[in-house]
Amino acid sequence: MIKTDILIIGAGPTGLFTVFEAGLLKLKCHLIDSLPMPGGQCSEIYPKKPIYDIPSHPEILAGDLIKKLEKQIEPFQPKYTLGESAVSIEKTKDDHFIVTTDLGTRHMAPVVAIAGGLGSFEPRKPPLDRLTHFEDKGVNYIIKNPELYKNKKIVIAGGGDSALDWTIFLEGIGAFVTLIHRRIEFRGALDSVDKVQKLKNKGRIQLITPAEVISLKGEDKLSSIVIEHDGNQFSIECSYFIPLFGLTPKLGPIANWGLEIDKNAIKVDNTLDYQTNIPGIYAIGDVNTYPGKLKLILCGFHEATLMCQSAFKRIYPDKRNVLKYTTVSGVNGFDGSKKEAAKSIIKSID
Amino acid sequence: MSLDITIHLIDRKGISHKLIAPTDIQMNLMEICKSYELPVEGTCGGMAMCASCQCYIESDHILTERSDEEDAMLSEAFHVKKNSRLGCQIQIRSEIDGLKVRLAPDK
Ligand SMILES: Cc1cc2nc3c(=O)[nH]c(=O)nc-3n(C[C@H](O)[C@H](O)[C@H](O)COP(=O)(O)OP(=O)(O)OC[C@H]3O[C@@H](n4cnc5c(N)ncnc54)[C@H](O)[C@@H]3O)c2cc1C
Ligand code: FES
Repeated sequence: MIKTDILIIGAGPTGLFTVFEAGLLKLKCHLIDSLPMPGGQCSEIYPKKPIYDIPSHPEILAGDLIKKLEKQIEPFQPKYTLGESAVSIEKTKDDHFIVTTDLGTRHMAPVVAIAGGLGSFEPRKPPLDRLTHFEDKGVNYIIKNPELYKNKKIVIAGGGDSALDWTIFLEGIGAFVTLIHRRIEFRGALDSVDKVQKLKNKGRIQLITPAEVISLKGEDKLSSIVIEHDGNQFSIECSYFIPLFGLTPKLGPIANWGLEIDKNAIKVDNTLDYQTNIPGIYAIGDVNTYPGKLKLILCGFHEATLMCQSAFKRIYPDKRNVLKYTTVSGVNGFDGSKKEAAKSIIKSID
Repeated sequence: MSLDITIHLIDRKGISHKLIAPTDIQMNLMEICKSYELPVEGTCGGMAMCASCQCYIESDHILTERSDEEDAMLSEAFHVKKNSRLGCQIQIRSEIDGLKVRLAPDK
């Protein structure tokens, strides 16, 4: 069981900055995110796009903002459970929460901060009959264990970077790849498009475009797929079908945690501390709602700051606490590091 | 001359909505839907990268052509038809007054 002071669900900009504000109050944080990397929407949707409304950054790339946040929180040694989604929550007798992920990792904390943004990023699934029946029986949306595909016939569908990159990678480890896309144009890094073109020219992969997968065949396990190409339908034998159509955020199981939900967001008390209807569970950033809510990064930062003060009072009801300026008291990392302003020089002039 | 136009939108339950949309503040159809609290996520903020704003054009208005980005996104979206467009790529202009659109399924 992983134990911490504040368990943060969601490692987007809001979740990351929470670590800093909590650290100033000597509270430790652990973050869970279904994505394999921190950064939320900034990393998954628009890492290379500029943002112009982060105070004091006239312009900053979303990916750079995340790198800087990671750097800023480093002294407070945040721990991560990445690539796993928080699915259930229970309360212990002594008022702590236990949050379990889809892979069964358990985390315990007296305070839970849900910074889940638009929700956890999940694969977009094509609307095909029996798709769910074949999940993990030939249909995979995420490639966790590439070895599985060695010497196997696999069909990848999609037209973006991940379809191209996985085609190249899986061919490289000895899978027989057929790549299917609805158009002849692909949207991806030039280098990947070139590589796939070369693999096709050398006959190392099969490329079928413009084409679309229209049905899946098999009994218990997937055995073939039917595609439509040039007005004809034909089937292709395969052990695996990997549809790669990007990720989409879904609030998911959090919606069933007994929290008050309004329009896909968690209602919080914005007059005080962004606490939800369950004391000890807060919701900050894009995931919450209150009158006048704006889904902006700077609003998430503000909410995280107020929330940490309240979390401190919940964890240490008897300790007094006053707001300290970082300029005055510095940043004392859990790693022993210390950042502080240079002392003013006092020297006599004769 | 009024700067507002009217858009007739049919939501995913088949219910019709009459949307009054301003032409003078650079809005697109996805944003108009959101401002009316219709169930359009607009996850990518209007960058033609999520298709959550996909709709079908049901009147014969002549719209600006699809950009390469829009074509690419629609080729990876689901339930795509000949008259599919991304709402975020349709700017609110006086030329599209009276446009009839239907929201594409989101599942
Ligand atoms: C294209 C685009 C442009 C934007 N431009 C701007 C801009 O210019 N300025 C601005 O201020 N904002 C902008 N935004 C909005 C900004 O990105 C969001 O406000 C911000 O990302 C919210 O941060 P967050 O940490 O609250 O949530 P997110 O960034 O959404 O992160 C939430 C994280 O929580 C994870 N998660 C959710 N549920 C679970 C679960 N159950 N288990 C595990 N993990 C979970 C998700 O995987 C995700 O990584 C833009 C957004 C987009 C899409
Ligand atoms: S809002 Fe994402 S494609 Fe239109």
